[in-house]
Amino acid sequence: MDFRARSHPSWIGFAVHRVSGLLLALFLPLHFWALGSAIQGEARLDGLLRWTENPLVKAAETALVVLLAAHLAGGLRVMALEFLGWGRAQKDLVALSFGLSLLVGLVFLLNVF
Amino acid sequence: MKQLKVSVWRGEEAGCFARYDVPARDNQTVLDVVTHIQRELDPSLAYRFACRVGMCGSCAMTVNGRARWTCRTHVRKVAGADGALELRPLANLPVIRDLVADLAPFFDKWQRAQGFFKPKDAPNGAVPDEFAVVAPGSEARREADAGIECIGCAVCYASCDVVAWNQDYLGPAALNRAWTLVNDARDGARGERLDAVAGDAGCHSCHSTRSCTERCPKQIDPSGAIAGLKRTLFWDSLFGGKRHG
Ligand code: HEM
Ligand code: SF4
Ligand code: SF4
Ligand code: FES
Repeated sequence: MDFRARSHPSWIGFAVHRVSGLLLALFLPLHFWALGSAIQGEARLDGLLRWTENPLVKAAETALVVLLAAHLAGGLRVMALEFLGWGRAQKDLVALSFGLSLLVGLVFLLNVF
Repeated sequence: MKQLKVSVWRGEEAGCFARYDVPARDNQTVLDVVTHIQRELDPSLAYRFACRVGMCGSCAMTVNGRARWTCRTHVRKVAGADGALELRPLANLPVIRDLVADLAPFFDKWQRAQGFFKPKDAPNGAVPDEFAVVAPGSEARREADAGIECIGCAVCYASCDVVAWNQDYLGPAALNRAWTLVNDARDGARGERLDAVAGDAGCHSCHSTRSCTERCPKQIDPSGAIAGLKRTLFWDSLFGGKRHG
């Protein structure tokens, strides 16, 4: 892929949205598996929840929250563009999306540790 | 004299780059460079141009990775400090030879998107009894005005990822033209046209990457026009709307 043609804010916004969407889709089965383990008794779920206290897992969770926030902000960007016709504000929208997702990630980090 | 190092695509789809050294000048467009090669270095080079002033839309090529109108692109704006230029035919279109892309699929899609005026009041080509009154400040008039100066250069089409992914996708220019007509009070084919631009080959495939808007040399916003089509289709299908009015 030739990035010389694609290095502009809107395309980067699109790429972040797509990559975050795909990574979230990859996480989804894991999420359901964790929820499903609750059916197999409290002990199993508790064990799993204790495992998530691990700082490394916390860091991964933070990354996940940032991904979700980035994807949500990207989705709002698309809807502002397509529903409200905010074409002229596009560069601000991209910046706002990134700012918002980082903020959400930071707030999450402050809360888990 | 300083030399530009120009790599030019030669051959058809399966071709390769040829290297030419072209004298650099203070004031020089990319089209000037191509013309120099064809006149002074290799008369067999195929390329296309007509007006040389940004009106006909025939000179577009891929310059250092980006689609551009070459007659209005200054070399100093695109060549690196080392004077390197890489010229290819427009992307997303069949290559006829060297720098000439085949624009037939591009214009076929304008037809498929119903990108032509169908007068409302005069089905037989007769002069309508009354003139349509179009207020210059009206929303519809401003939307149509914003997209009407398209020169059909296919720069947007060559820059669009969805065109590359889906060969049926009508593309930004055809959809932009359809949007100007949807906003034309004198046009009588609103319903047919909206049907033609809906769905997987039409506006709903666009991912709002806005490469078309970013690259259009006429500062047209096809991405915004496509968003307008999506909105119109959304509200019309929700409430019946004036689609077939
Ligand atoms: C959490 C689970 C979610 C998953 C797994 C997910 C996954 C995806 C994927 C894979 C895409 C395709 C991206 C593309 O075509 O470029 C997508 C698109 C989209 N998503 Fe999500 N998403 C999720 C949540 C959300 C949320 C919370 C929103 C909030 C508004 C959202 C809004 C959108 C929109 C508007 C699109 C269309 C973007 C486009 O046309 O490119 N999604 N999503
Ligand atoms: S905004 Fe839509 S039409 Fe324009 S380049 Fe992106 S995908 Fe193609
Ligand atoms: S919309 Fe712009 S880039 Fe696309 S064909 Fe028309 S003038 Fe060229
Ligand atoms: S030669 Fe006509 S637009 Fe460039």
